[in-house]
Amino acid sequence: MAQQTARPAGASASLPPAVSVFLRFVAAILLTFLGLTAVTFVIGRVVPIDPVLAVVGDRALPEVYARVRAELGLDLPLYRQYWIYLENVLAGDFGTSVITSRRVIDDILIFFPATIELATLATLVGVLLGVPMGVMAAACHGRWPDHLVRLLGLVGYSVPVFWLGLMGLLLFYAELGWVAGPGRVDIFYEGLIEPVTGFMLVDTVLAGEPHAFRSAIDHLILPVAILGYFSLAYISRMTRSFMLEQLGQEYITTARVKGLSEARVVWRHAFGNVMVPLVTVVALSYASLLEGAVLTETVFAWPGLGRYITDSLFNADMNAVLGGTVVVGAAFIGLNLFSDLLYRLLDPRAG
Amino acid sequence: MSGRAWLLSDTPRSRGQARLGRAYLGWLAFLDNPLAVVGFAIVAGLVLAALLAPWLAPGSPIDQDLGRRLLPPSAEDWFGTDELGRSIYARVVHGARLTLTIVVLVAVIVAPVGLLVGTAAGYAGGLVDTVLMRITDIFLAFPRLILALAFVAALGPGIENAVIAIAITSWPPYARVARAETLTLRNSDFIAAVRLQGASPLRIVLRHVAPLCISSLIIRVTLDMAGIILTAAGLGFLGLGAQPPLPEWGAMVSSGRQYLLDQWWVATIPGAAIFVVSLGFNLLGDGLRDVIDPKRQ
Repeated sequence: MAQQTARPAGASASLPPAVSVFLRFVAAILLTFLGLTAVTFVIGRVVPIDPVLAVVGDRALPEVYARVRAELGLDLPLYRQYWIYLENVLAGDFGTSVITSRRVIDDILIFFPATIELATLATLVGVLLGVPMGVMAAACHGRWPDHLVRLLGLVGYSVPVFWLGLMGLLLFYAELGWVAGPGRVDIFYEGLIEPVTGFMLVDTVLAGEPHAFRSAIDHLILPVAILGYFSLAYISRMTRSFMLEQLGQEYITTARVKGLSEARVVWRHAFGNVMVPLVTVVALSYASLLEGAVLTETVFAWPGLGRYITDSLFNADMNAVLGGTVVVGAAFIGLNLFSDLLYRLLDPRAG
Repeated sequence: MSGRAWLLSDTPRSRGQARLGRAYLGWLAFLDNPLAVVGFAIVAGLVLAALLAPWLAPGSPIDQDLGRRLLPPSAEDWFGTDELGRSIYARVVHGARLTLTIVVLVAVIVAPVGLLVGTAAGYAGGLVDTVLMRITDIFLAFPRLILALAFVAALGPGIENAVIAIAITSWPPYARVARAETLTLRNSDFIAAVRLQGASPLRIVLRHVAPLCISSLIIRVTLDMAGIILTAAGLGFLGLGAQPPLPEWGAMVSSGRQYLLDQWWVATIPGAAIFVVSLGFNLLGDGLRDVIDPKRQ
């Protein structure tokens, strides 16, 4: 999303640049969100399950069928139906889940924090390790640290996350016993911790349960390490290529000629210019982790949004599936465009 | 004159010779890159395994033999047997067919769609360009896996639907690549010459612009193959791709999951196959990019 289409000539010429950037940003968000809801709406319509039959059963009289159909708004023209759907979505109303028989939005509020906890910690790992590794690789271009980072990146782009998760469980949980198995805490603590924020690390502290906190960490280590590795692979690869580009520029030669230390040249001069595009990369990586958590959560029996979506899917609980899709999609779009906006604001050339 | 000298001749006598000479130079550059050759070998191995599956693994990948459940790898069953007594070796080899089918189908759907949208947008410009690229941007901003999941949920699980779902979510980057290429071509002299000869826009786009975008698209497709394989395997792992008893690698990992702690090979080996094949496509794609992409030479 970094390169949007060029601004049409003359548009918003009278507005200050920050305002017009912001307006275009809002327009892009609205448009993309409309697209997302249109897609989920269409998906909801092509499902082979007749929602009327699901309510009245297949032995209902035609009049009853017609009445329920009208009550559900299915006799309206499609654009009206879409409009109603959009209003509901904006009001946070995704309907009721057939399985949990709660409102889908309430379910999502319960399950989403678990996914956010995982994705946030994994992104932290990816940034704290991936950025220095990428810088090192570029600084040692063509030598072993470079090859190592490239190899790690290549493996990260090729390995199936669910398989890596299973192998991790096999090695570190079953064989070595270094980490705890699937789930967010040991079964013993489950249900004991009051879900105040939904983030297990915070909730166990709030509940004053140091052992449960310990257990939560044990359970987090492996999934965070696995997802963090994917984040690291992406971030270090991008950092490396941004850095290589900067290190080839003339101002770097100038800095070296002036007699600056190599560390100063790399970290102050080159890295300083890399930070802006890197913000975009980190945001994109975070967004892809929110999404990629679907597979990891299945492997680690992690009660997050991804697992909620897949579980609902197998129970033909379309409200829940589409509600979850809209929420993840909105978060994804938001992060995508947010990184784009940040890029424009931070980089004076792009404004 | 030896064949090599003929190919490398500085003064080719015909277009064919010049073309073959370029291809030969590209091949030499490709061979210089050991990782790319490894990637090529892996992908060639996948294709061979898919073609020769019945001869490489004579046993059936589907017939059950409950007397031989969950046997560890041995001289007889190289990769052991699964929970229904089927040879995992046979299933992995036959699974190559499914993987290759999915990848080829997605590429065959996605590349032409992206090519058409991108070249049309780039050549027409103006409103058409804006609208098409807006749509592309919208699709680009979607979460791919989740959306594929929702599509499969609506269409029902199965290989065809998995292919459709992946295709719907993966065409936008191709449109962008094709548009960027078209923009660099549209104002060139030879296009102007064709236009002056009275060629219709349709003919210009299809016959003169699109063919020149293809090499970029091929690189992009090869680099994307790994992603397609991983997404398809992920859908299979979740039970939304190929359905049992088909030997799809992702689904095999999923069914081996419950035996992971005692019979590690059931889940490990198909997963390793996914890993090796997507690694192969990534290596090959990197190598191809270095050879074909003129900007990198």
